[in-house]
Amino acid sequence: MIPGAFEYHRPASVDEAIALLSRHGDEGRVIAGGHSLVPMMKLRLAEPGHLIDLQGLDSLRGIQQAGRCIEIGAMTTQQEVAASELLAEVCPILREAALLIADPQVRYCGTLGGNVANGDPGNDMPAVMQCLDASFVLRGPKGEREVPARNFYEAAYFTARAEDELLTAVSLPIPPAGHGYAYEKLKRKVGDYATAAAAVVLIMNGGTCESASIALTNVGQTPLFAEAAGQTLVGTKVDEAAVAMAVEAAKGIAEPVADMRGPEEYRTHVTGVMVRRAVERALARAQA
Amino acid sequence: MSKIPVKMTVNGRAVDELVEPRLLLVHFLRGKLNLTGPHVGCETSHCGACTVDLDGMSVKSCTVFAVQAEGAEITTVEGMANADGSLSALQEGFMQEHGLQCGYCTPGMIMRAHRLLQENANPSDEEIRWELSGNLCRCTGYQNIVKAVRYAADKLNAQREAAE
Ligand SMILES: Cc1cc2nc3c(=O)[nH]c(=O)nc-3n(C[C@H](O)[C@H](O)[C@H](O)COP(=O)(O)OP(=O)(O)OC[C@H]3O[C@@H](n4cnc5c(N)ncnc54)[C@H](O)[C@@H]3O)c2cc1C
Ligand code: FES
Ligand code: FES
Repeated sequence: MIPGAFEYHRPASVDEAIALLSRHGDEGRVIAGGHSLVPMMKLRLAEPGHLIDLQGLDSLRGIQQAGRCIEIGAMTTQQEVAASELLAEVCPILREAALLIADPQVRYCGTLGGNVANGDPGNDMPAVMQCLDASFVLRGPKGEREVPARNFYEAAYFTARAEDELLTAVSLPIPPAGHGYAYEKLKRKVGDYATAAAAVVLIMNGGTCESASIALTNVGQTPLFAEAAGQTLVGTKVDEAAVAMAVEAAKGIAEPVADMRGPEEYRTHVTGVMVRRAVERALARAQA
Repeated sequence: MSKIPVKMTVNGRAVDELVEPRLLLVHFLRGKLNLTGPHVGCETSHCGACTVDLDGMSVKSCTVFAVQAEGAEITTVEGMANADGSLSALQEGFMQEHGLQCGYCTPGMIMRAHRLLQENANPSDEEIRWELSGNLCRCTGYQNIVKAVRYAADKLNAQREAAE
């Protein structure tokens, strides 16, 4: 369990980090909290020749409100996300999801940027970001661009981020006050990735669902934005018939692989259970 | 690969060493500094036996490179005793409440509980369990570990009140 040898860099600015990434091509890899990368390096599933440590880049830390948006720096830790008063007030699903990631030690180190950039279908934040319609801010030698979370994930460990780009921040529209939300995750134990998980945000108006957004974790090569499942709830009272349709629609797009968490049929079934629980809990929290 | 210098403070002592970048912090502490309190239980970031305090965070030292700790303040279980050499409230709690059997998990448990009590001086049993959920013990069944942390919290709170 000894990682391969590498050269270590600790850039003092974002531009320097990008220059290092460009210079070292596919030999270069950034390290944020290291709690996905170091385990992979120990198993030699990753053997970067150059490790570019982002911890000195204070400009990538912090949670800010800018008008109707929240911007969270890539190096903000999961612990900081869970502890943020601002997020607890305006976007509490982030705290709920952050606390379901791993354990306290991992949350002190692991960053939001690393969690969404990693591309492992087991990561929890990507589906939450798809549910919230967040965007990722990417900066490379040619400048900055934003990619919606819903278009970012291409396959397991393949994302829209180019090799020489840094993910600098996550930007998300603040959901309307009174929205209902829930992140439901079935895991076998603390520190396990999801057997299946579902993120739900519901907006109710006069007892009728005005909008619904559902996304799924770890039941495909990528996080899955379950657009049709959300649509089946819109215009309904989110009654039993509507929920049952949403559950079926979500199960219809789930393509889990059999692993030690269970066979495909079981994990598809659990996907439905997570969607049902998350919708019901979101509904109970929504202001009609 | 060439070695590079790292400087950090470990248990109050300034440390300055040359290391290979791939050296994990736990191996640095154990192998270079002879601090064998941080244990290697799993090597896969799951058991928490290697937990140390790093700049006010509980960290699994098997999942951090020593070079990442450049400039950091680290405390291991060796740094936990009181200044006069007597056991700290947490160490005493683990002894009084039988919070250990083989003791393999204990340094990690104590370091994690130390940070917990810094952040929350009076945790409920439920909170203790939740905050220690990244530390595995194969022997005690956890009940006595929770009691040990409770013991330390009560003792520290009583000391604080007496001082006021
Ligand atoms: C025991 C254990 C249990 C875990 N359980 C869960 C869980 O239940 N759910 C979950 O979601 N995660 C889990 N994780 C993973 C953990 O949350 C990681 O911290 C997280 O996935 C990655 O964040 P990081 O900051 O540690 O990234 P790193 O490990 O440093 O990086 C991960 C990848 O992203 C890249 N990267 C990082 N930051 C950037 C950036 N700013 N720009 C571009 N690329 C970047 C790196 O090059 C690397 O390829 C677990 C980890 C452990 C050790
Ligand atoms: S040895 Fe580090 S977590 Fe088990
Ligand atoms: S006392 Fe033996 S592992 Fe905890």
